[in-house]
Amino acid sequence: MNPIISTPRWWQRPFTLTLIIGVLLIMVPHFLSSKLGIAVLNQMFIMVVFTLAYNMLLGQGGMLSFGHAVYFGLGGYFCIHFMNAVAANGWPIPLPLVPIIGGLAGMVLGAIIGSFSSSRAGTVFAMISLGVGELVASSMLIFSSFSGGEEGVTTDRTGFGSFLGLSFAQDRSVYWLITFWMLLSVYLMYKFSRTPLGRMSNAVRDNPERVQFVGYSPRMIRFLCFMASGFFAGIAGSLFAINYEIVTEETVNGLTSGVVLLQAYIGGVGFFAGPIVGAAVFTLLQTLLSNYTEIWALYVGIIFVATVMYAPAGLSGIVMMHRPIAQNHGLGQLLKPYAMCIAPALLAMLGVVGLLETTHALSVGEAEFSLWGLDLDAHSLVPWLSWLAIIVAGATVAKSQWNAMKDAYENELQKAYRAMESS
Amino acid sequence: MSQLILSSLLNGLVYGLLLFMLSSGLTLIFSMMGVLNFAHASLYMLGAYFAYGISAKIGFWNALWMAPLLVGVVGALMERYGLRHVHKHGHVAELIFTFGVAYLIEEVVQLIWGKSNVEYREPESLMFPLFSFFGVEFPAYKGFMLLVSVLIFIGLLMVLTRSRVGLIIQAAITHPNQVAMLGHNVPLIFMLVFGVGSALAGLAGVIAGPVLGTFPGMAVVLGSIVFVVIVIGGLGSLKGAFIASLLIGMLQTFAVAINFQFSTLFNALGLSPGDEGIIKDLYRVSVAQLGPLLPYLLLVLMLIFRPRGLYGTRDV
Repeated sequence: MNPIISTPRWWQRPFTLTLIIGVLLIMVPHFLSSKLGIAVLNQMFIMVVFTLAYNMLLGQGGMLSFGHAVYFGLGGYFCIHFMNAVAANGWPIPLPLVPIIGGLAGMVLGAIIGSFSSSRAGTVFAMISLGVGELVASSMLIFSSFSGGEEGVTTDRTGFGSFLGLSFAQDRSVYWLITFWMLLSVYLMYKFSRTPLGRMSNAVRDNPERVQFVGYSPRMIRFLCFMASGFFAGIAGSLFAINYEIVTEETVNGLTSGVVLLQAYIGGVGFFAGPIVGAAVFTLLQTLLSNYTEIWALYVGIIFVATVMYAPAGLSGIVMMHRPIAQNHGLGQLLKPYAMCIAPALLAMLGVVGLLETTHALSVGEAEFSLWGLDLDAHSLVPWLSWLAIIVAGATVAKSQWNAMKDAYENELQKAYRAMESS
Repeated sequence: MSQLILSSLLNGLVYGLLLFMLSSGLTLIFSMMGVLNFAHASLYMLGAYFAYGISAKIGFWNALWMAPLLVGVVGALMERYGLRHVHKHGHVAELIFTFGVAYLIEEVVQLIWGKSNVEYREPESLMFPLFSFFGVEFPAYKGFMLLVSVLIFIGLLMVLTRSRVGLIIQAAITHPNQVAMLGHNVPLIFMLVFGVGSALAGLAGVIAGPVLGTFPGMAVVLGSIVFVVIVIGGLGSLKGAFIASLLIGMLQTFAVAINFQFSTLFNALGLSPGDEGIIKDLYRVSVAQLGPLLPYLLLVLMLIFRPRGLYGTRDV
């Protein structure tokens, strides 16, 4: 689309950008003293690595996996067993090197499972990944000496000596460890997507026949990507093990596989940064929403389905849609039509939230509840009818403004392209 | 021993025919639209919950036809306003959409009916033993399940092979454009098939709810098994779905019934395990424990070696 390829400024290069972000992130604990904040960031960074690894398959290689938690969870298991072995035998291995073990485990698993699942993409691949995922998840409880049964396997990271003056008993040193691995993984995965192999995986996604025609083996390319993805998923699993000091059978099961798909898709699978956005948004939703409402998972589900239906390119896709317009300084023109459509849509969403919360109140038997400072009674018809009225009104206005918003966008986009052509 | 085999056979038949009620709709939907509907088992769950709600008010026999109808409407709406909209973004988007709907239905069910089991029971008029063999009673309700499943199977076969509608559906599966050229409303046919498939899943939920339990996880429990069934049977093949349903049904019931531990085998071979580790776990494994794993193992093996399944005409 973009006819002009500009050379990036020095601060736009991936390496410097990573360094800058890294320095900023390292300073975070000096400003953010709350334990909860650090815990949320840890969880977010782990998920960033996992979701990016997942997107190496889905977004870049066109392989839809329903069982990627296998590499995450088993990576975590191998890592935690290794940690326990190190602590028991007193090997002089510093904690920050441990994630490599989980990564290698993920890679080996990826090689084993990829050897038979990478021959085709599409539905066959999806079904094989589902089958393998279920197979591994249900065998976890059988191999209880490896998986620790229902309790899982625990470890104590303080069994490791200190490293560079960090003792890993404190939260912040673990935060630094996770941040370091997150940045390194993100940088490496970005670089991977720019290698000939990464580029060829995009080609395999788009047109495997043609790839075969020019002399590459789509299967080999998928296989190598699968291994790389398994490696980084294993790294993420290891970071999970180090952070929480426990790995349970839950990390391997279908729910975790579903969550990573959700994150990748909400963020947008078409762009490298998409999964990062998705993981960040999902983690924030999970931790923030769960403070306010018990039905947060329902809201996440609604957001997911709405994304699939109306914004298949995800959040990052929406942002990237506006990039040419932003370069043409046309975003200001869009503010008014956008507000005209989004404000009533938000109102309708408020109505939906109210309706769902009222239903929830009724079903848990606390009919009299308060929401946003309002005291409501779910037994009377008043709240139900008012929520419905708000939804209908908001949706009707939003729909009537939809075309105007779309036209305004198209208009600005055309302007931006014309400006680009003339320059 | 013969008592065990007979009761397992009967239970396997009941379970297998139940699986067929789910997988027939799913495989038809797949062969028409190329969509593997992840939400299919969720519609089964909806059927059970609707029936629970309706039967509490106006009795089981009304629920028996109303709940599947409602589920059919939900399915048709899902196709009309969801899938058809997502269709333009490709197969992966469709697959992910149905995955999202499955997630959503589970959350909605939890929102309305709570997270634990609900008290959905068979009608009292069917709470008697139908017959007994070797001292084991076979409940009348299971006989009723068997009857409903067989009737559905025959009905489906008749409609698809003997009726005009069935012929149009069969034609629309392979040559949708040509059928549209002949003046048939193909999108409407798609919607109807989706609706009927969903209604069948709903009916399966209505009759299975009292036996297998009605809880928010029931879709997950059966969902992947149904996928296994249609892949093994061959996607798009009703005959394959039927045979694979019975196969998986029998496999699972027999695995649960057989009380065999691998330790017996190891001992017979004169091997003794180590004190701990993976070998020890393997040593202690019983066939009943391996039962839930077998369908997935079959699925993976089938996809690797024969992706078109037993009776499929094309690869997955």
